[in-house]
Amino acid sequence: MKRHLLSAGDLTRADAELVLQTAEELRSLADRPIKKLPALRGRTVVNLFFEDSTRTRISFEAAAKRLSADVINFSAKGSSLSKGESLKDTSLTLEAMGADAVVVRHWASGAPHLLANAGWSRSSVVNAGDGTHEHPTQALLDAFTMWRHLGSLDGRRVAIVGDVLHSRVARSNALLLKTLGAEVTLVAPPTLLPVGVEGWDVETSYDIDAVLPKADVVMMLRVQRERMNAAYFPTVREYSRRYGLDGRRMDTLQDHTIVMHPGPMIRGMEITADVADSHRSVIVEQVTNGVAVRMAVLYLLLGGSEPALSLEASGEEEGR
Amino acid sequence: MAAPPATPATARPAPADGGRTVLDPRDISRALTRIAHEILERNKGADDLVLLGIPSRGVPLARRVAAKIASVEGVDVPVGSLDVTMYRDDLRMRPARTLLRTDIPPGGLDGKVVVLVDDVLFSGRTIRAALDAMNDVGRPQAVQLAVLVDRGHRELPIRADFVGKNLPTSLVEKVSVRLEEVDGEDSVTIAGMVSTGSTTRDGSTTRDAEEAR
Repeated sequence: MKRHLLSAGDLTRADAELVLQTAEELRSLADRPIKKLPALRGRTVVNLFFEDSTRTRISFEAAAKRLSADVINFSAKGSSLSKGESLKDTSLTLEAMGADAVVVRHWASGAPHLLANAGWSRSSVVNAGDGTHEHPTQALLDAFTMWRHLGSLDGRRVAIVGDVLHSRVARSNALLLKTLGAEVTLVAPPTLLPVGVEGWDVETSYDIDAVLPKADVVMMLRVQRERMNAAYFPTVREYSRRYGLDGRRMDTLQDHTIVMHPGPMIRGMEITADVADSHRSVIVEQVTNGVAVRMAVLYLLLGGSEPALSLEASGEEEGR
Repeated sequence: MAAPPATPATARPAPADGGRTVLDPRDISRALTRIAHEILERNKGADDLVLLGIPSRGVPLARRVAAKIASVEGVDVPVGSLDVTMYRDDLRMRPARTLLRTDIPPGGLDGKVVVLVDDVLFSGRTIRAALDAMNDVGRPQAVQLAVLVDRGHRELPIRADFVGKNLPTSLVEKVSVRLEEVDGEDSVTIAGMVSTGSTTRDGSTTRDAEEAR
């Protein structure tokens, strides 16, 4: 693996499978009386959040703490960041405090890349979502959840429905799922598909009803109105009617198909309550899996003298 | 009618990667049978026993010992596996390692007599890590250690309760345990020189060479 996790595209298939297998081993920790492993004892993980986030931050925090790392939470509100400090100076400060890893969320696409490659610090950088660019650990936890339910993702059809334009989750998922052999279809109104989507190596569709019956996984995305500065669709009601997942549409799915949502979800907008609470919904499980996957990423990046070698490169026979 | 020339009883098939075979499949089977009997004798039966193999080769060994206990005593002893990777004292000296399976039997370890099973006992550091790992899982009534081969050179105050074969070795020698379930054949071989890496007194390299093959 590379020293930083900035993009789901940085992961080779062997890297991604190593993360999934490691997460599988770490997931059982949740069932044990003592939810603690010593692997990152004495390592410092900084959660650097320039943008509001609840589940991603607490997920990373729980992951780092269960591996015995020291965790420092640094959020933009109420810190020197809100006083105008530059990313460079923040980074130098964290370096001086001895951070081994910086988990960064930023409203600007590319901020983690700058942090990792500008030479300001030696710590590993994990992208926890940058602007409308990427969110690789979300893609990993989504893939992990699919893998646990469906087995190998080779040839599986994944429909990602909703506000693809503003979704870093969709972009990271498209990259990672392709690496793992799945076929991705993006479903959105024309105004919510990004420019250049032709180059993503995915199918696109404007018609959710044509895509659902063939899908093995349906991933609903939230409409990110906070990032919208123009009218992308006429009304919420129209969007919901044309692109929302309701009980009627759920009935057209195959029996084994699972419904996912990266959260936070708006019930009644992109997904109805009966779908969100149905037996197909793995939305709560995604949160549990998120901790295991983030533990896996932190362990593989920081657990040894250097990041883990991927399975085939290490020459070990242990790969199951 | 002359019988075909018998091969001398001492001749052992040479392993593909060189070295000398010290245990063949029948020797391994006999050693495990004896260990199974010794475990039953020491614990006066199979009540409250749990066998925990240390991956990767300790796990099939633990299953085989459990099968032998079942055939002798008619009791199915729970078998699990315990990965010690994160508890190793040399975790930070190499790139992050692949985790192996930890699988604690449903009854847990509290109050049980746990027999740890591993292939080779060398520095004792793996067993120390296993004891630490177990500490986070439960509180056994007692812990015992069974190994197929004890090659000496302990660096910690740890000894095995049940030993398949004591194998005096020098530090430059390399002991390889191969098992049907993992490697497609049963054998224990000893080779003269470690071909990769340096052999140091701390044993980590040699130990690792054995484990990583």
